[in-house]
Amino acid sequence: MNTLEKNVASPVTPGEQHFPPFEVSDDIIALADERISHYPESKLSAVLPLIHIVQHKHGFVSKEAITWIAGKLEIEPMKVVSVVTFYPGFRQSAPGKFHYRVCRTLSCAMAGSYELMDQICEITGIDRSKLSHHHPIVVSPCGMYSVEFAECLASCGSAPVCLVNDDFHENIKPENAQDLINKYQP
Amino acid sequence: MSETLTPQLPKDEAAEKGLVNVQIDGTWIQVPKGTRMIEACKMAEKEVPHYCYHPKLTSPGNCRMCLVQMGMPPRPAPGAEPVYGDDGYQEIGWMPRPVISCANTVGENMGIRTTGKLVEEVREGVMEFLLINHPLDCPICDQAGECSLQEFSVEHGRGQSRFVEDKVKKPKNVDIGPRINLDDERCIMCSRCIRFMDEVADDAVLGFSERGTHTTVTCHPDRRLDSNYGMNTIDLCPVGALTSKDFRFQMRVWFLKETNSIDVNCGTGCNTTIWTRGSKVYRVTPRRNDDVNSEWMPDSHRLAFHETQGDDRLTDPMIKVDGKHEITDWNTALTAAADALKEFQASEIAIIASARQTNEELFLTKALADTLGITTLATVPRTGEPDGKLISADRNPNTNGANLILGATPTTEIIKQKLHSGEIKALLILNEDVFEAAGFTHDDLAPAEFIISSNIIANKTAHASDIFLPGASFAEKRGSMINVTGRLQRLNQAIQPTGNAREDWEIIRDLILTITGEKNDMFMIENVLKMIATNIPEFNGITFSKIGDQGIPLIETGVEIPLLTKERAQAAAGIIVG
Repeated sequence: MNTLEKNVASPVTPGEQHFPPFEVSDDIIALADERISHYPESKLSAVLPLIHIVQHKHGFVSKEAITWIAGKLEIEPMKVVSVVTFYPGFRQSAPGKFHYRVCRTLSCAMAGSYELMDQICEITGIDRSKLSHHHPIVVSPCGMYSVEFAECLASCGSAPVCLVNDDFHENIKPENAQDLINKYQP
Repeated sequence: MSETLTPQLPKDEAAEKGLVNVQIDGTWIQVPKGTRMIEACKMAEKEVPHYCYHPKLTSPGNCRMCLVQMGMPPRPAPGAEPVYGDDGYQEIGWMPRPVISCANTVGENMGIRTTGKLVEEVREGVMEFLLINHPLDCPICDQAGECSLQEFSVEHGRGQSRFVEDKVKKPKNVDIGPRINLDDERCIMCSRCIRFMDEVADDAVLGFSERGTHTTVTCHPDRRLDSNYGMNTIDLCPVGALTSKDFRFQMRVWFLKETNSIDVNCGTGCNTTIWTRGSKVYRVTPRRNDDVNSEWMPDSHRLAFHETQGDDRLTDPMIKVDGKHEITDWNTALTAAADALKEFQASEIAIIASARQTNEELFLTKALADTLGITTLATVPRTGEPDGKLISADRNPNTNGANLILGATPTTEIIKQKLHSGEIKALLILNEDVFEAAGFTHDDLAPAEFIISSNIIANKTAHASDIFLPGASFAEKRGSMINVTGRLQRLNQAIQPTGNAREDWEIIRDLILTITGEKNDMFMIENVLKMIATNIPEFNGITFSKIGDQGIPLIETGVEIPLLTKERAQAAAGIIVG
């Protein structure tokens, strides 16, 4: 795979089983058209909402999705790639069914969020060493769980904190990791 | 009514002319209202280092290299009047922090410092940041010698790096387009290439991916940098991130000689610089001319010089003996050509001239026709799709010159007919391949008893010729041409004609002299232009030095270059400086 193809590549992960593959359905077109109607001046402004729609429905933003969004907004696909790669909240490969975002900014780091991450990884069987800048998300072999470090989640007083999918959890001590995992069972 | 005794203040004097007073490094100058600070500094002949700023592109202000210190008069206390000094200016209150000079405009009584402790410190700081992730591979980098990062490091850098952490690794040797290679580690994220492709080339394929220290210039794999204007990003790139696949690793730029010239591949006549060493052209780059090509040129024209340096280049006069071309010397070839032409009636000879010839060559062609009394003189029109930017529909570089000097000429269709009817028996073809450009076939040329041609490469016309005279390429000759807008421009000689080839005007002159047997009184091309200037009213008083490197408007054609129209609209709207 050449360097340019990597810009839009979506490496296969075990999490893919939990998300429907990207397709241009009537449903998604209707959602997109509705969002675009919010921006009568320039369709370009709808790029963020459209990426959100795709990621929410399909788990991640694939090459096909990028091409579709660019076509829908009549912009260069590179502009969509720029936005997708800029925000850490957007993913280009599938996470697990339960995606754990552990805060690693100062307060949480001091309160033990790295240890929390280690615990979550150990329980879910995720290879923690695979986490890096270019691979911010690691999925468990079963495809149920995935982890990612997040920057400040704006709740420093209740550190350490983490997000599981869209649910926010405070004061998660590393030793309570198992309880947190137990809350989300397939 | 009492007469005011207050002398007029500099601010009022300037305001009457739409100007403002700006103090730059202690000297007061007047610049137009709305001028960018960086342009005002340029007017005051003070250099402000910069990367992202380019007068032909929008100013995002992201490189931070053009930081200067700025000051304005302090706001007077409530009720107080502004105080003017003996020189008529208010005292400047200097701001403690620097501002970017590329995206801020000047104001009345503004002060700018391009030197001093603050400015030097911030430049050093910015340089240090820019170099943090730079690979410092100048010894193997193609940009070395014409790299702004190199230049400003020497001038404004600290000389040593304090960075002890690991540099960010980025993609290298990225095949970003058919003519361009990208090294992301060298990139300083000035975004000039991205803005050029978006604003000028209308093909916004480039963009940044990722964020912060990992920001990378790249493109979508399905939309590569293959625009016909893409190579301009190589010239724009202040560092060695974007390099030309054609030129990279061929030659160090400091070994190359620069010659200002013009492009001859279409009627626009983009201004160019020809980069040569010895007798070889290494590259051609666009040269700024706000009345012709702004600062850009199409890739297809930029790389066209390779055609003149191929294996099919002919460098010796040749005479066909028993159906085979034999190399000969100039005297023999010219004498044979003159003798052959004398064999025919003037009405039996036709000249196919070319709007690819310079004005000087065209004038001598006309003189040759007059000497022999030839009346059948045609040129070959060459048209193509205009690209709406710089490539004109007229692919001949000097159609206007040909019309002025030769007058209205018929197309070669008439010659084709006259060949078949037997009226024309001999052909003199100058700088044209009648097969490629005029649609001639071997059957069309078969009735011709004698063909003399002059060109630079072994094309079909050269093969069909009885006598072949090797001419000079665009880089090997001087001369003048008139572009589609009616601007007279100058070709300059970058290298000597290859081998035994000669400049085309000399070939035609020598042919005339051989025919008439007169002594030569025309030793320099200046003599030819002088004769044009005395014979053709439009050229009255024209000399090569008057044409200069930027050309001069000669005739009104009413033709506009679309790229300039767009650029002027952007400048008028204040989007770019222009």
